[in-house]
Amino acid sequence: MSSNLGSPRKSNWQPKKKRSMQNWQLYAMLVVPIIYYIVFRYLPMFGNIIAFRRYRAGGNLFGSGAFGLKYFKSFIKDASFWRAFKNTLILNVTYLAFRFPLTLIFALLINEIRNLHWKKFVQTVSYLPHFISMVIVCGMIKELVATNGPLNAIVHMFGGESIQFLAVAKYFVPIFTISGVWQSIGWGTILYLAAMANINPSLYEAAAVDGAGHFQRVWHITLPSILPTITTLLILDIGGLVGSGGSFEKVFLLYNPMIYSSADIISTYVYRMGIGSGNYSYATAVGLFEGLINLVLLTIANLTSKKLTDSSLF
Amino acid sequence: MKIKENTGYKVFLVVNTIIMILISVATLYPFLYLVAQSFSSEKAIIEGHVGLIPKGFNLKTYFYVLSKGDFLKFYKNTIIYTAVGTVLSLTFSSMLAYPLSKPELKGMKILTPLVIFTMYFGGGMIPNYVLVVRLGLKNTMAAFILPMMISTYYVLLMKSFFAGTPKDLEEAGELDGLSKFGVFLRVVLPLSKPIMATMTLFYAVMYWNNWYQAFLYLRKEKWPVAYYLQTIIRGQGANDQDAQQVATNIKSCAMVLTVLPIICVYPFIQKYYVQGMMLGGVKE
Repeated sequence: MSSNLGSPRKSNWQPKKKRSMQNWQLYAMLVVPIIYYIVFRYLPMFGNIIAFRRYRAGGNLFGSGAFGLKYFKSFIKDASFWRAFKNTLILNVTYLAFRFPLTLIFALLINEIRNLHWKKFVQTVSYLPHFISMVIVCGMIKELVATNGPLNAIVHMFGGESIQFLAVAKYFVPIFTISGVWQSIGWGTILYLAAMANINPSLYEAAAVDGAGHFQRVWHITLPSILPTITTLLILDIGGLVGSGGSFEKVFLLYNPMIYSSADIISTYVYRMGIGSGNYSYATAVGLFEGLINLVLLTIANLTSKKLTDSSLF
Repeated sequence: MKIKENTGYKVFLVVNTIIMILISVATLYPFLYLVAQSFSSEKAIIEGHVGLIPKGFNLKTYFYVLSKGDFLKFYKNTIIYTAVGTVLSLTFSSMLAYPLSKPELKGMKILTPLVIFTMYFGGGMIPNYVLVVRLGLKNTMAAFILPMMISTYYVLLMKSFFAGTPKDLEEAGELDGLSKFGVFLRVVLPLSKPIMATMTLFYAVMYWNNWYQAFLYLRKEKWPVAYYLQTIIRGQGANDQDAQQVATNIKSCAMVLTVLPIICVYPFIQKYYVQGMMLGGVKE
């Protein structure tokens, strides 16, 4: 009898103990990922120390010799650095100014499509560029703006001479922006559409009963409902305006020395100075400078977003 | 309740349909142009006669690209990198995401911010490059895969999904005698098909499309097709020494063949990745 009484208690207690002891398996799962983060994420983070002391190819990962700010002092005086800094800002601001409103408008328009198959088709097509390699995107851009390509065919139609678009500095920002909108506009709608799908339909019905027309309902219900999403995305985009890491691949694949004056951005400059010419410490200093500005701006953006909309990244 | 719409709205619907058609055409146009070029003769392309319909239609370019060794060799490299990389990425990302999805587990409150921090600050281009070189990984498959093997952003998406697994199902699994790892493998993963499908697509696309690591670290025989494409797109007279001169129709054909697998796959997982992106709440 007593064993009967005891056993359920025992069986209740034992799995619990077993459970807590078995947590070691959860920790064991973390071993490889943690080593990975130490080696491939945190080591390079500390590797930034070579911005303060000389790194020679093949030498110590953390550089050698005396510490100092000499590399920072020299890039601050370098006109090429400031050109890259200015280009980064112009490129990012222009791109954001077009991409952001167009994406929002596109999302609102998709939301108005009544036929669900057609809606899904439009969405599927619009996501396509997001999945394409930057190499191919840039290959397509080059074909489209080639002297025998469709863009020049239009120029010819209006009686113009062939233009080598990628050899003229003033065309770079428009080419980058237009192709960027083409690449991102579809994918960018996902979060907006999700937010719109969450709007309670009874709000629209109530407004309709009150005599609000369709566009009034969009203005007074849809837009306010997705405002937190809009604000958060916008603030975070603004926080990233000095960053050039995301544009590296595309700029690197499209630019050439003839258009450095408008196309050279911080990350491509870092590449050329560092990996291209072997001035590792100098290039690291530039990269670290950009990284720190980014971190500060993102933190400010995040705090602002938290304050205004209650949603944040971290 | 059905909301009655006025005539202005009906006009708008027609205009909207036209806008959507135009956007779809504009999105597809560069692809269709590429396809048209790949079936055209080089002469017609140079003379600028090719629009959306091939001129001097021929299949010779495809036969040439598919029979000449180089392209297929690089394509095969890409398939291997994508397969190996995706398996490693899925394995270790989920093994990180699952413990992180349990905030009650000791240590996770410290580990989570340490992981997230790497999204906002990192080594930057040069320290990362120096690391891979100093680890002696140059010209190995590891140099291609390891630098991007675990994406923190994807780990966070997985973490949010795993966190939604009903706790009683996990407990039921444990009462059935499964270990913690057993619960993860037999209970949590089978319930996580949407996110795993999404992650498979995202990681596979990432490896399939990558050229940068190859450009930095790999010699020609190990190139993936994306970097090979870059060398033929860049052509002669460019400032990198790998560049090579190739006819436009061959370039287009190689690009079409490289994009094709992605086009064939991504529409079928759409429902999953749209859901997966929403898990992230806000990013990008």
